[in-house]
Amino acid sequence: MRGVFSSPTAFAALTFVVYAAALGLYRRTRSSLAHPVLVSIVVLIAILRAADVDYAEYRRGGDFIMALLAPAVVALGVPLYREFTKIRGEAGAIVLTTVFGSLVGIVSAAVPAVLFGLDPAIVVSLAPKSVTTPIAMEIAGMLGGVPSFAAVMVILTGVLGAVVGPAALHLLRVTEESAFGLAMGIAAHGVGTARAFEQGDAEGAFSSLGLCLNGLATSILTPLIIKVIL
Amino acid sequence: MKALRGMAVILGLLVTGEALSALLGLPVPGSVIGMALMALGLGLGVIRLEWVREAGDFLAGNLAFFFVPVGVGFMEYFDVLKKDGPAILGITVLSTLCVLGLTGVFHRIVTGKKRKATGRD
Repeated sequence: MRGVFSSPTAFAALTFVVYAAALGLYRRTRSSLAHPVLVSIVVLIAILRAADVDYAEYRRGGDFIMALLAPAVVALGVPLYREFTKIRGEAGAIVLTTVFGSLVGIVSAAVPAVLFGLDPAIVVSLAPKSVTTPIAMEIAGMLGGVPSFAAVMVILTGVLGAVVGPAALHLLRVTEESAFGLAMGIAAHGVGTARAFEQGDAEGAFSSLGLCLNGLATSILTPLIIKVIL
Repeated sequence: MKALRGMAVILGLLVTGEALSALLGLPVPGSVIGMALMALGLGLGVIRLEWVREAGDFLAGNLAFFFVPVGVGFMEYFDVLKKDGPAILGITVLSTLCVLGLTGVFHRIVTGKKRKATGRD
């Protein structure tokens, strides 16, 4: 088993194969619980543990895939432009909603974390969990948290938002393109945005904008709030 | 060919975003600035949609996939979660639901969009 997994390319290939299969499962079942990112992560961890491969070794191959994350975020500028007329009409409200959502995200994670007596390094790693990975890692690192742990919590949050978000928003009757998209992007960053695009291009564009603006808002607000509560 | 040109434009914007982030000391990573530059460039007509459509659709369309290797890093934190797992996971679930619901409802209120059908204020 070890020999097969000796090269980084093999880990990259394994990730592609597992994700392709998970995507197939998702399309067949149409079940939110079968979210391809969630299924892939569970299956990959199971395989790596069974093969006794540690994360650092897997990451050499994973880095190959992660290298496309930043360009993919840049590419979200395309739908943002396509839906610009819809966005322009609500510009002021979008800014308000983002600041509000960012505050809710930081406070609702950091305050209970402090109350539960969690380690300050964990508190600051949880606070930016709703923003996209590179921003959350930066914020956590800046405030004495653990960037890689922050990244894991970001993915957990993203998957959670993608899995329960549409149903929760539907329950609250939040069905407008703008409110639905912003909620998904602000709460669940890129993974939520990918899910919002399944709903429609406008939802996806609003979600991209939410992801972008919340990254900005959260990186400014987190240090201020942490200073008050820690 | 088209995909390659699109990729070149996207990477160019990413590098520009990274440079701006570093030079101006912005708290936002280059990719997010690159996203704004992409929308701006298309809006101003500096970038043509047909240049970036193919590569952009591929990248944005597979966005979730690129997060998978980070998520696999979860395996490194089984020990941390053994101790504080329930608190950490509980907080994450509740906080995520709060952000989702409150943000969605808040935006509806500030845009003045209220659904007659729901019968809510």
